Amino acid sequence: MATLRDIQRRIRSVQSTQKITRAMKLVAAAKLRRAQERILAARPYASKMAELLGNLVSAADSGEGAPHPLLEQREGPRRQIVIITADRGLAGAFNSNVLRNSLAFVRMSNATALTLVVVGRKARDFYRRRPFTVKRDMVGFWDRLAYSHACELADLFMAQYLEGEVDEVHLIYNEFRSVAVQRPVRQQLLPIPKTEARADAGPPVDYIYEPSAQAILGDLLPRHVRMQVFRALMESLAGEYGARMTAMEAATKNAKDMIEILTIQYNKARQEKITKELLDIVGGAEALKQGAEA
Amino acid sequence: MAATLKLEIVTPAGTVYAEDVEMVTLPGVAGQMGIYPRHVPLMTQLVPGEMIAHKEGRDLFIATGEGLIEVTARRVAILTDLAIPADRIDEAKAEEARQRAEARLREKLSDEEIASVNGSLARSLAQLRVKRRRRV
Repeated sequence: MATLRDIQRRIRSVQSTQKITRAMKLVAAAKLRRAQERILAARPYASKMAELLGNLVSAADSGEGAPHPLLEQREGPRRQIVIITADRGLAGAFNSNVLRNSLAFVRMSNATALTLVVVGRKARDFYRRRPFTVKRDMVGFWDRLAYSHACELADLFMAQYLEGEVDEVHLIYNEFRSVAVQRPVRQQLLPIPKTEARADAGPPVDYIYEPSAQAILGDLLPRHVRMQVFRALMESLAGEYGARMTAMEAATKNAKDMIEILTIQYNKARQEKITKELLDIVGGAEALKQGAEA
Repeated sequence: MAATLKLEIVTPAGTVYAEDVEMVTLPGVAGQMGIYPRHVPLMTQLVPGEMIAHKEGRDLFIATGEGLIEVTARRVAILTDLAIPADRIDEAKAEEARQRAEARLREKLSDEEIASVNGSLARSLAQLRVKRRRRV
């Protein structure tokens, strides 16, 4: 049986944990709101681009081969997988879901022709301990995530792809579905999937292209790739905050339940102690009385 | 009322401008160009420079980076990395970026790096030009 003092100590420790989890929850909620706003703000750009892309691809298509190297479907075996996780934990299964998912895909790939790019400290630490070629890592930027980070990554992928160092690039990241739900998804970044480039653009408009449709396509496609990377990063960031908020809310509730149980235990123990003391006093008084009568 | 064009400027960080204007002047790849309503459909590239939106007799100056321009009869859509209206340009920051880019150009760089530094130099110069012109 724990002593009163032990129980009290535990209650206090759980209370201070609860304070921390509650604060983390509030911080995550505030950051989540900002991250969601950014996703929404980027939408007009992305949809405009999809619209132009559909139009351009058909205009630049000369009939033979792909109109641009980034669209060309190559049969090569060299695959690059980009794994995006958070820098920090305490976000439920957020990081482990992506890592588990990525490991399955990594194992399915041809190990000799595989390179990895890891984004986020959790992914870096996970793959550093394993025998894979990590081409590039990127950590410690999440708090100031900007479009330029996406450009840096995307330009690296495109340069390698165009140099022929890799034949395909896949992203694995957590997609933000709702505050409580994040789902790991895999997306082929390069070559740009045909369906993406042929999105419905409405009735085709007969544009004048200045200087030429090919040149504009060559400008638009890298933008598209950068935007895809940016979107993946933003989704992951919003997902991280959502996951952390949910996890910390659960932790705060668990702490509350724990405190209730401990408080009941404490009261029971206190009552037991009083009862025992009363019994002692009554017993002692009885004994004295009997002694006096004798 | 004169015919108007819907001018939309979108960047990855959000929509910067979306209003009906009478005319817009843009820095295109083939030079500065003016677009009036009922323009023939055109798609071209935007270069770092100064864009002027004419609306109700007033001019709005906007510094732009590289991007794409889509013109249809009633609409001009601009897709760019950077678009800052003159009153929101941070001159000190742009100046700093310019100096940083110029300093880097004096180093030994690969062709790719030179291209990217030249890009950021052009972007900061565009902002400075717009800002300084407005003041005089």
